[in-house]
Amino acid sequence: MKRLLRYMKGYRVYAVIGPLFKWLEALFELLVPLVVASLIDKGIPSGMAGDTSPIWRDFGILALLGVVGFLCSLTAQYFSAKAATGVAAELRSAMFNHMQSLSYTSLDRIGNATIISRLTGDLNLVQNGVNMFLRLFLRSPFVVLGAMIMAFTVDVEASLVFVPAILLLFAAVAVIMKLTVPRYKEVQNKSDSLYHTVGENITGVRVIRAFGMEGAERRRFHGEADDLTGFQIAANRISALMNPVTFVIINMAMLILIRSGAVRVDAGGLTQGEVIALVNYMSQILVELIKLANLIITVTKGIAAGGRIADFLDTTTEADELIVGDDGGIFDDDIAVSFEGVSFTYPDAASPSLENISFTMKRGETLGIIGPTGSGKTTLVNLIPRFYDATKGNITVCGRRIGNIPVDELRRMIGIAEQRSNIFSGTVRDNLSMGKTVSEDELSSAVKIAQAADFIEKRDGRFDAVLSRGGKNLSGGQRQRLNIARALAKAPEILILDDSASALDFATDAALRKALGKLDGMSVIIISQRAASVRHADNILVLDDGEAVGFGKFRELLESCPVFEEICISQGIEGGVSDEA
Amino acid sequence: MKRDNTSRGSLSKIGKRLLRHPMLLVISLLCAVVYVAATLYTPRLTGQAIDLIVDKGNVDLGGVTRLLIVFGIAVAVSAVLQWIMGVCTGKVAYLTVRDIRKEAFEKLENLPVGYIDSHSRGDILNRIMSDTEQIESGLVMSIQSLVTGVLTVVSIIVILFLESLSVASVVLLVTPLSLFVATFIAKKSFAYFREQSRTRGEITGLIDEAVGYQRTIRANGAEAAFAEKFEKLNDETKKASLRAVFVSSMTNPSTRLINNIVFAGVALTGALSVAAGSISVGDLSCFLSYTNQYTKPFNEITGILSELQNAAACATRVFELLDENEQSPEHEDALVLSPEEISGEVRFEDVSFSYVPERPLIEDMTLAVKPGQKVAIVGPTGCGKTTLINLLMRFYDVNDGAILVDGTDIREITRQSLRGSFGMVLQGTWIKKGTVRENIAMGKPEASDDEIIEAAKASHAHSFIKRLPSGYDTVIGDDDGLSEGQRQLLCIARVMLRRPPMLILDEATSSIDTRTEIVVQDAFLRLMEGRTAFIVAHRLSTIKEADVILVMKDGHIIETGTHKELLENGGFYKHLYESQFVRTSDSEN
Repeated sequence: MKRLLRYMKGYRVYAVIGPLFKWLEALFELLVPLVVASLIDKGIPSGMAGDTSPIWRDFGILALLGVVGFLCSLTAQYFSAKAATGVAAELRSAMFNHMQSLSYTSLDRIGNATIISRLTGDLNLVQNGVNMFLRLFLRSPFVVLGAMIMAFTVDVEASLVFVPAILLLFAAVAVIMKLTVPRYKEVQNKSDSLYHTVGENITGVRVIRAFGMEGAERRRFHGEADDLTGFQIAANRISALMNPVTFVIINMAMLILIRSGAVRVDAGGLTQGEVIALVNYMSQILVELIKLANLIITVTKGIAAGGRIADFLDTTTEADELIVGDDGGIFDDDIAVSFEGVSFTYPDAASPSLENISFTMKRGETLGIIGPTGSGKTTLVNLIPRFYDATKGNITVCGRRIGNIPVDELRRMIGIAEQRSNIFSGTVRDNLSMGKTVSEDELSSAVKIAQAADFIEKRDGRFDAVLSRGGKNLSGGQRQRLNIARALAKAPEILILDDSASALDFATDAALRKALGKLDGMSVIIISQRAASVRHADNILVLDDGEAVGFGKFRELLESCPVFEEICISQGIEGGVSDEA
Repeated sequence: MKRDNTSRGSLSKIGKRLLRHPMLLVISLLCAVVYVAATLYTPRLTGQAIDLIVDKGNVDLGGVTRLLIVFGIAVAVSAVLQWIMGVCTGKVAYLTVRDIRKEAFEKLENLPVGYIDSHSRGDILNRIMSDTEQIESGLVMSIQSLVTGVLTVVSIIVILFLESLSVASVVLLVTPLSLFVATFIAKKSFAYFREQSRTRGEITGLIDEAVGYQRTIRANGAEAAFAEKFEKLNDETKKASLRAVFVSSMTNPSTRLINNIVFAGVALTGALSVAAGSISVGDLSCFLSYTNQYTKPFNEITGILSELQNAAACATRVFELLDENEQSPEHEDALVLSPEEISGEVRFEDVSFSYVPERPLIEDMTLAVKPGQKVAIVGPTGCGKTTLINLLMRFYDVNDGAILVDGTDIREITRQSLRGSFGMVLQGTWIKKGTVRENIAMGKPEASDDEIIEAAKASHAHSFIKRLPSGYDTVIGDDDGLSEGQRQLLCIARVMLRRPPMLILDEATSSIDTRTEIVVQDAFLRLMEGRTAFIVAHRLSTIKEADVILVMKDGHIIETGTHKELLENGGFYKHLYESQFVRTSDSEN
């Protein structure tokens, strides 16, 4: 939590004003029983004597205390809300920027679900926690202690019972909470597994029905739902103790208070009005303690969430991991990409994903990469824009070691169409330009090459047509073509297509390859599972289990590389076929 | 107005379900009555005790003690009853929500697949789980407070009227004001809260997108553009949040202000009455604590109102789901197919089908498949290949015409036995959370270990399963580190185990690496022996082996025949074949 205090910086004044006015309000509230006591002890006797003005005066004071308390309280609420929402906004912004600078390893390790829950659910918990803390957490103990002190100023002897009563109350609340917390954790676990079951039944609906498992699933759900309910009822049995137990403690203290008060009045040490004042203080304590108990939960949740957020903000960023050297070098136009003895092992992985890869790709050439799933194709291209740093070996882009090129500049040179076509909500233009200014002509030519022109033209508004998140209003093939167009719109030196044309039908795929072939000066890397998609590449790199098992032209590889030959045979492409047409 | 009706409608539907636990409700109500009586009785007792404590030497200690004993008993009784009440109302709430959830799940299992296809997973999941959770917290929070609150308010008004008309009129006069302020703030804060959740929803959408597609953003250097968008929304969210938080936090101070004024008014009129000799000081003290007790439910009312409002909104969504049409019921005398007796003849007779009426997909399709034939379905994306599977498995029913298996219309066969006669491997693999063994034995829970291992061996899954930490007892699920290929092998093993008379394979081997694919293909060929099989295929080898190739385009079967015949015909298939598998004539020169 301490680590997060700096985000409170701009709100320190609010964070002080808020509780201050809360205290003032509480102070006014604490005066009420005293006024009532004076009303009874002085006002009433004087009223009986015919002068009701003291009664009216006390009424005026009570009403005034109410109004002033109200104003204080409003002020306090406003500043607390301002501090809480302000801190939340600062934190949210800090987390978002941190997320955008996280290294890929951190992104992988933390996982999307966690990051999103830090930025949303946890953040809301912190906001509530801060707000409640400023509003009540400082007020309630103040009222409890204040009421006790006020009671002591009224009469020490009769008030002694307050001390054990308050201690007992705290103990009771603590014990009940301690008992309920683990039970609610169990409830949470059961609820999670119920969520899981329902989720499975939605995603797996076809398989479940195909295997006729509806009945079994229904029984499982019923069992789990009953389980959950059982735990909830059990937990509730304990937490339902909270109110009755505190009620009993307070009232027993009240009982003792009245009894000892009676004795003191009888002895002349106390007045009737003062007894009533003491009773009122006792009920004020009850009310505050109950508020406090509910509050502790909100604040502890907020603190826990704050801890998680602080941990998140401590994770390493790209700037921490990617060191940029300076060779003062100039780009060599002749070689687009080269790998020299490159190996890569994912952090925490037992064995390397790439081992000793070497190849050279000249400017303007097309390189095909092929190999079974999990052979390291995507990993290999991810090393080029330094999404990950190679654990061994050298990679150069345009003749310069990538470690010596500023990361922004390096990534500007490379256009990647990822395997998954991620479409953002927004216009076609937003999706293609990705925040940069791209001219109409550049856009047009990018979509033309990507074979996306026809369907974009058909949409209302063309480049301004609105796409929904994930491209839900596009077909799989359209998404892929847009994805490729995006990479092209950057006008990169090196274009990487990471198996990004798999959903295209054959004719479109062929047309795309043809259009790419006509691009002058752009070096293209095509990853594919289809041998047909790489057959016209200048060179093909065959990967198998992280190792390069072949590098060369299509025809050469068919003869020299058994893995490649197998791939081709399984896809019905044999040596002879290529010569036929 | 309309929304009001529906939310009222949902509340009454919840009410009906609450009534299914009458015993618990009756006990809760009885406890509430006695509890409220006891809590109202205790201030009277303290008031009476105070009346006995007048002055120095003027204290009836014996009387005070007697009253305090009664007081102690009343407190103990009311505490016990309060606990029982809490336990019972909680139980009613939890049981009711459990019942609603069971109903909803039952519904899920009986909804047409079309409903599930056309709604997002999150939406359905939220209705069954989160929305019901909201109902639950609404019920837990409000039942008890509502019942005790109403009882308390009514009884106090009655008592005050019986005791002192002037004090009662002060309280009654201020009540409408209190209610007005409470509902006014509730309404205002409801609107602000809606605004807050709208902005929160928007920013969550952006965060979701930015996190989910972070790698794309990075690869395109669009971080700054997204940060800018984010800051704008963040600022909006902050402002909306401040308004919502502040306005809603006005509720307590405002009602407290009114309470304090009521309190002062009661103190004034009470003190004047004492001075005039119409009531005692003890009565006054009792009235003052009644005033506090009386205003408490009003303080809570805003909270309860918004809880109930929220619960009603969520309940509306749940009941919407419960009101959805279920899949058509089974025919009364529906045939139960037994897999052993089916020959595997499948006929499509003038079948028409579309997901949405405006866009006809399959029209007048006729096809006869002889037992044991392999049918390969090929065609560009979106041509209706997977639709055929949906129809064969009765995930969707045809709009017109009929599909017949062994001469019987599949709509006259029980879904369970029809589906049991098909072995299906879909494009997207689906693994149930559970052990490997459970996953393979999915369609045949009674299978022996030997059978399971044999099926795994036949589908080449055995070798990787053996290497898993606990072999066949390894628990797998969403994020188990299995590769897509391995998952697919498991799905194939499932079908291997059942050996159904007909097969449906949807690009079954698309994610397995090429060499595994060769062995799996081989296993499939063995499995397909003597069985009718429909294969949605992209691979030439599969297509070449097929007895019949259906070439589909825009929902129509435009060509049928064997690989050789179709090539000779020189139609659309030849074009497809050449663009995919053979060098296109103009791509190199």
